[in-house]
Amino acid sequence: MRYWWKALAVLLLFYTLIGGFLIEVPRQVILYESIRNLYFHVPMWFSMIFLFLLSTIYSIKNLSSGSLEDDRKAIELVNVGIIFGVLGTITGSIWAKFTWGAWWTNDVKLNGSAITMLIYLAYLVLRGSLDDEQKRARISAVYNIFAFVLLIVFIGILPRMTDSLHPGNGGNPGFNNYDLDNNMKLVFYPAVVAWILLALWMANLRLRISRLKENLSS
Amino acid sequence: MKIVLFLLSILLALQTQAQEIPMADEMRANGKIYVVVAVLGVILLGLIIYLISLDRKIKKLEEETEK
Repeated sequence: MRYWWKALAVLLLFYTLIGGFLIEVPRQVILYESIRNLYFHVPMWFSMIFLFLLSTIYSIKNLSSGSLEDDRKAIELVNVGIIFGVLGTITGSIWAKFTWGAWWTNDVKLNGSAITMLIYLAYLVLRGSLDDEQKRARISAVYNIFAFVLLIVFIGILPRMTDSLHPGNGGNPGFNNYDLDNNMKLVFYPAVVAWILLALWMANLRLRISRLKENLSS
Repeated sequence: MKIVLFLLSILLALQTQAQEIPMADEMRANGKIYVVVAVLGVILLGLIIYLISLDRKIKKLEEETEK
């Protein structure tokens, strides 16, 4: 069975949907039922980070092997990762409006994720500006590794060093501390796996299209 | 004794607060939350079927180019 992981993605997505809406959640002021966004908003970011991490690994591989196949994997993973980042930003903005009272605040976590998105958009621009395949693969691989380091700084480190409204940052407890009870874990962890698998599936399709294009031109 | 009473009052306050926190209980009692689940289920199903059909189309192309 080569397609087992795609089937697993479908299964877990439906489980996330049904369990995510129907299983009891903790009662919290301000959040109310919107606590269920945890199953949808957070996995968007986890998927994005996972895809960017994989992309970085392929960029490192490309630098040592010089293989264009590794470069193809790196770019397609970033392409899909950006989609998930955009979805994470929009869903976060909606959630913020109804819990914090504003679509956007100048919170370190929010601005950090916005900067990260711009860094990865610049990766696409950089690629577009280079014509030579080998040169493009090499230069963009170096940039891509650099970009992931910045992602860790802007999303992972800086928000934890100052005050932040966002759960899990700046002395603000994350959902894992006390809000994430056993019922929520039951849905949250499968949800993360489900969305990551879906993202990988999308990247897989893009990668195959890119290979087909390559075959056609050669 | 005073401390015990104090703690008890806090506990009571927390409890009443917990009961007052509005959740979508009524929606669930009416069974209407299932409508939302059904709608999203249809959307998700549609998207997945689209993804599978894309997958198949690409596979056909791959097989054709391999020949």
